[in-house]
Amino acid sequence: MESLDLARWQFAITTVYHFFFVPITIGMSALVAWFHTRYLWRREPGDLRLAKFFGKLFTINFALGLVTGIVQEFQFGMNWSAYSRFVGDIFGAPLALEALLAFFLESTFLGLWIFGWGKIPEKLHVACIWLVHIGTLLSAYFILAANSFMQNPVGYRYNPETGRAEMADFVAVLTNEVQLVTFPHVIAASYMVGGAVVMGVALHKMRRSHRLAQTALATTDDPAPDHRGDVVMYRRAVRLGGVVTLVAGLAVAITGDIQGKVMTEVQPMKMAAAEALYDTPPEGECAPFSVLTVAGLGGDDPTHVIEIPCLLSYLGTGSFDGEVQGMAELEAEYRQRFGDTEATASDTYIPPIAMTYWNFRLMIGAGLFAAAVAALALLMTRKDRVPMQRWWQPLLVLAPIATVLGHSFGWIFTEVGRQPWVVFGELTTANGVSDPSVVTSTDVIVSMVVFTLLYGVLAVIEVKLFLDYVRKGAEPFEETPVVEEDDELAFSY
Amino acid sequence: MELATFWFILIGVLWTGYLVLEGFDFGVGMLLPVLGRNRDAKGGEDPAGERRRRAVLTTIGPHWDGNEVWLLTAGGATFAAFPHWYATMFSAFYLPLLLLLVALILRNMGLEYRYKRDSVAWRRGWDAMIIGGSVAAPLLVGVALTNLVHGLVMREVEVGTSASYTEFTGSLLSVLNPVSLLGGLTVLALCLTHGAHFLALKTRGDLRDDARALATRCGPVSAVLALGLLVWLGLERGSGASWALSALAAAALVGGIAANLAGREGWAFAGTATSIAAAVATYFVMLSPNVINGLGDDPDLSISAAASSPLTLEIMSWAAILFTPVVLAYTAWTYWIFRRRISVEQIPPASDPLAEKGARAATRS
Repeated sequence: MESLDLARWQFAITTVYHFFFVPITIGMSALVAWFHTRYLWRREPGDLRLAKFFGKLFTINFALGLVTGIVQEFQFGMNWSAYSRFVGDIFGAPLALEALLAFFLESTFLGLWIFGWGKIPEKLHVACIWLVHIGTLLSAYFILAANSFMQNPVGYRYNPETGRAEMADFVAVLTNEVQLVTFPHVIAASYMVGGAVVMGVALHKMRRSHRLAQTALATTDDPAPDHRGDVVMYRRAVRLGGVVTLVAGLAVAITGDIQGKVMTEVQPMKMAAAEALYDTPPEGECAPFSVLTVAGLGGDDPTHVIEIPCLLSYLGTGSFDGEVQGMAELEAEYRQRFGDTEATASDTYIPPIAMTYWNFRLMIGAGLFAAAVAALALLMTRKDRVPMQRWWQPLLVLAPIATVLGHSFGWIFTEVGRQPWVVFGELTTANGVSDPSVVTSTDVIVSMVVFTLLYGVLAVIEVKLFLDYVRKGAEPFEETPVVEEDDELAFSY
Repeated sequence: MELATFWFILIGVLWTGYLVLEGFDFGVGMLLPVLGRNRDAKGGEDPAGERRRRAVLTTIGPHWDGNEVWLLTAGGATFAAFPHWYATMFSAFYLPLLLLLVALILRNMGLEYRYKRDSVAWRRGWDAMIIGGSVAAPLLVGVALTNLVHGLVMREVEVGTSASYTEFTGSLLSVLNPVSLLGGLTVLALCLTHGAHFLALKTRGDLRDDARALATRCGPVSAVLALGLLVWLGLERGSGASWALSALAAAALVGGIAANLAGREGWAFAGTATSIAAAVATYFVMLSPNVINGLGDDPDLSISAAASSPLTLEIMSWAAILFTPVVLAYTAWTYWIFRRRISVEQIPPASDPLAEKGARAATRS
């Protein structure tokens, strides 16, 4: 393989992996902050227990999100130095601001929250975890602004003297129309992830506590009040997680719908590939949306198994008889606009169709599945009920996983659908890679193998640790002692 | 002053912040096996040694993560303010940076995960990662930064109609030259001494005495290495200003060592911190007016050739002026909150974080 392909694979692997942890961090930090705040205000012991319990799961996850993020920042310069030279002026600015405004905030205040028990006044302590959450939101804003520039470059001008894209209007970069719909979409999806993780974990713990209470009752006549208290506590987390998943899911759908329309406008090729629409429908006809296609994907004669008439026209334009262009017509247009494909070092302006088509559907499917499980969980935990059916076990595991994977499918769709461009209309991915004489294919093979193995091992360790902490459950309630000069620390390594 | 020059200085400040702050937590990581020996005669875990290790790590617990952000900020600021510097440097040091990333990843995971499971094998594994990462990371950073000053094998690449940048054309071996390796070792030794000073300042009892004794032993070693490095680089790239800064670095280091001997731990820490800052300043003065020196007759990458457009620099300057004080304020506040010395006695006895508690407290809900 050439170093270009290797660099692409490495970027794909490290980014998708990094992005497993990011939405969990964004979503869960909000829920942990919420439990901690609720304790401050209601003094309900269960809330503090939940804050600490989910706080631990959050930090296990945060650690991996952070370290894999460092790789991302280095990778632009290491593997994509031509890209970095071309866009550094615009792309580097949000990245630097992300470090200055978001990473310092997240890291410093998470350290304060973890080590601050008994050391800082309670209200300030709660504020720390909120600042962590605000840090994650700021971080998302800046990195998505950078990505939106790649999707829809604005606020720049190409300077022929320096051969680089240069900043013309930073406010335009930060308020890119793609950014304004992508940010809410990604954040809502992250809340969905956080909600689903809390719901899934809490539902599992609630069922287990209920079973323990029943067993205790059957063997000793002791209703085991602690287990029954746990059921009540975990139910609150299930219901909060479920509501967050559902409400965020609705927001994901709405923002996704708007995003589709913006995308049809700025990158019509991506949306045509999302439907594998090869030919533009004849004048006066609308474009259908296929749920499943078994053969001929991307060709001019695909076999759609399930097809919803006119839906693509609606998704793309907001009108059931709106015109959606097919890939063949767009390819001809792009060739005129951007010249032949030699200069851009790619054979075609059509992105990999199967990847785009299927990831789009998997994203939507995963979101719908998680929302359905959340709705069912809310329904079945009404009025102190504990759903003990066996089929809940796979569902409560799959729902959070579906939200995380849905996030990944969405990103793979977005990034693959932009190909062959890395900065749409300005720079192709093939032209963005580091000079192969500087970074050889051997270098990239080495790094790819190292990252893949390392990430694989770390994933096994983190998942196992996460599950062990879930199994352990929330610690018994303890008042936080005030730590004086020589006292034992409330938290230490 | 031109904005590009301002940003060149600012990136020097960011590297200073990184090496002064993460420098001490690297040093603490390296000192872990020395200050908390935790193998008993039969090769098992010594509980007293383990408690010392936990006390040692707790001194950096709330800080190391924030300290590391200085590196990310230095990287991001270089990307934004000097895209060609960022691109040439990061692709030139591909494999060393890969090693640096691996070292940082394993070290961070070790610090986060070590205490999360009560198992001797688990702790030993992560301890090895913390120690190995704390040794490897400053060594690699030292090698990379010294190479920028010493000079890289480079060629000029034309870009656009009237601009050019320089691209690295050397091999991995050209990066692993004697002076850069000396640079790596010096940064390593400085971090070690700096970490020992930090621990002496932040602990009580035996731990404090042991840290001071260790600082006394590694201080002179770091001084000899630093002297060798600064003279070597000075002969290659020196100017009046760089010699003056080198002298300041040396004086501060000697002062720090002397303060440690006299039991003035705060001054000892300030001494190594000043020495590191003066050493970074020496490097940046020897780089100026370039961001990467060319080796021999090879072309340099100059500050102006590497810089972003004036507008980007202006926006970034406003952001830095407005937000850096805020970041510094809350960082300082964190250090204030955790200002007290830590003693081994304050570390709660070991308990299994995953064990089921015997008596569960009833919830009122």
